Amino acid sequence: MNRYTVAVLVRNRFGVLNRVTSMFRRRQFNISALTVSETETSELSRITVVFSGEETVKQQLMNQLYKLPDVCSIKEFNEDNSVSCELLLIKMQNEADFREDIRNAADAFGAVTVDYSKDYIMLRLTDTTRRIDDFINLMRDYTILEICRTGSVSLEKGSSTIRQIINF
Amino acid sequence: MLLSGADILVKTLIEQGCDTVFGYPGGQILNVYDSLYMHQNEINHILTAHEQGAAHAADGYARTTGKVGVVISTSGPGATNLVTGIATAYLDSIPMVAICGNVPTTQIGTDSFQEIDITGITLPITKHNYFVGSVEDLADTVREAFVLAKSGRPGPVLVDIPKDVQIATCEYEPAPPVEKEAAHAAKDIRIEEAAEHINSAKRPYVYFGGGIVSANAQEEMLALAERIDAPIGCSLMGLSAIPTDHPRFLGMQGMHGHYASSMAMNNADLIISLGVRFTDRATGNRFKFAPTTNIIHIDVDGSELCKTVNAVCGLRGDVKLTLQKLLPLIKKAERPEWSATVNALRIKEAETLDNREGLTPRSAILTINKYLGENTAVVTDVGQHQMWSAQSLFFKKPRRFVSSGGLGTMGFGLGAAVGASFGTNERSVLITGDGGFGMCLQELATAVSYKVPVVIVIMNNGVLGMVRQWQTLFYNKHYSNTVLDRKTDFSSLARAFGADGEAVASVEELDAALARGFKTDGPYIIDCKIDKDEFVLPMLPPGGSMDDIITKTEVEQ
Repeated sequence: MNRYTVAVLVRNRFGVLNRVTSMFRRRQFNISALTVSETETSELSRITVVFSGEETVKQQLMNQLYKLPDVCSIKEFNEDNSVSCELLLIKMQNEADFREDIRNAADAFGAVTVDYSKDYIMLRLTDTTRRIDDFINLMRDYTILEICRTGSVSLEKGSSTIRQIINF
Repeated sequence: MLLSGADILVKTLIEQGCDTVFGYPGGQILNVYDSLYMHQNEINHILTAHEQGAAHAADGYARTTGKVGVVISTSGPGATNLVTGIATAYLDSIPMVAICGNVPTTQIGTDSFQEIDITGITLPITKHNYFVGSVEDLADTVREAFVLAKSGRPGPVLVDIPKDVQIATCEYEPAPPVEKEAAHAAKDIRIEEAAEHINSAKRPYVYFGGGIVSANAQEEMLALAERIDAPIGCSLMGLSAIPTDHPRFLGMQGMHGHYASSMAMNNADLIISLGVRFTDRATGNRFKFAPTTNIIHIDVDGSELCKTVNAVCGLRGDVKLTLQKLLPLIKKAERPEWSATVNALRIKEAETLDNREGLTPRSAILTINKYLGENTAVVTDVGQHQMWSAQSLFFKKPRRFVSSGGLGTMGFGLGAAVGASFGTNERSVLITGDGGFGMCLQELATAVSYKVPVVIVIMNNGVLGMVRQWQTLFYNKHYSNTVLDRKTDFSSLARAFGADGEAVASVEELDAALARGFKTDGPYIIDCKIDKDEFVLPMLPPGGSMDDIITKTEVEQ
């Protein structure tokens, strides 16, 4: 099983996200993360999909995406040709015994304390998915109250853009 | 020109060359029907008995003409009644535009009377669908729907129009009918690869499906088969694309395909597949399918390549254009050894054919063949009669076999036959079963009202034959809910609807009944008695490979 990141540029229309995710569901593609946002132009939205599977499954997923009329272009990213990151907010129980350990770990990962009370600490970390996984694993030694993460966003390195791709 | 949304819709349909549409009115589509009334000299609306029948009729019309079939319904139950018809068209890649009314935009999302989220419901069974939020978008949305329905791999598109959008007015600018998106051949490098495989093959088999019909690529395919001296087989959806008596044609392959066709495919070292999608009914167990055979797969839909079987060479592109570029690279070859093998298979198949005396499924179909003109469309429902028809019907022209291949929709036949008769402007033949006919027989009313010439042959065995066949073979003859044994008298039923019909119990009676049916103005029912224990053979058991094929003799033991 490989991990793939695919960026999909879609027409910014009502219900487009539903069309894409509905296709994933009915063809049983196993999606591990998905983000959506408007882009540099209001006519287009960008969906970043992270999923695991075999090469043939990835090819089938991309081919099925091509068939959706709202999809304008698709680009597969790998670690060499792109920059990816995601955002984590994590709420830790503020216990005297572990306060120092949590702070040290946060410093080591570059996580920022965004809120603090005597009961809890909220940390924010922006990094790659793998680094965020590592950080969460580290935090499991203490008491995690709540986690929220965004899923990965990716941009290709260099000045070329996804809008320049001609897929068909 | 300032027009209402309803008028804009009807004008846009006329602009696209629609002269015949099928549908059923209702509260939230009233304005459109008012506009259809005003434009009845330009566009003919066929009122069916049920929206499902209208959808199947639009489908049958599209299959026989190659044009986009149009169906119109109201909101809520009208729209949901279209669902089976739309799904049928989707699975068989039939160009269709479905127009639904909906409650006014101000009421959307409030669970109003007859409100349903039809764009949500039809998301997985349409190529695309639209909710038209403002009248300004309407004309272009309908045009876009037509482009999508017929471009690339065709399919159904739904346009949902709230009532206030039908009432609102805006400026309508006439436009010429939309064109298909430009088609492209596959990449040159792939074509060259394919040519190498073909030129080095020893036992090539040309395998085509519905994509050949959509792309109108019969001529190129036959030229290819001729040049490489290959036999030709097809999937259910390919039937009637080339004349049944073409010397290279072995007929349909697959679960109930012709023995020679399936075996030739299994023995081939190269399968050149054109506009097919290798479903389980075509391949049997796909992990055991043609294990030592290379597959070249040409399809306009790239997602079909390597979806169920692994092609050594997958070509995404229009089949016709791709074959045109491929042909010059193909060396002429003669393969006497392979031809001899194929001929031996044909001889073996001839030995297994059912030549019993009396009224049998095969003798019934062969009798029907005598009455088919070259332009006669033959429509089927789904089940044993469908397979008997696929095996033994004789076709001369493309688009004359109309059958629900992918979805396998029982109840498809009568509506589709109505549409086929409008499409061909000729008498059509419906071959159905007592089960499938019973599902949507209300369209008999439509056929009577419009005097639609359709000869309806009900292969009446009193059981759900195909399911029963499986119960016989794989469920220890537990005939759970497959024995209908109803007391319906189909000839009286025909008369009750204002048509005529008769029951037949021999080939001679069937022959005479067909002669009467083919002279009748309007529908004519022939209730053809078939034994309940008849099998469709050969049969490739589900999940089996060609080694497991069941032929006549084995079953009789």
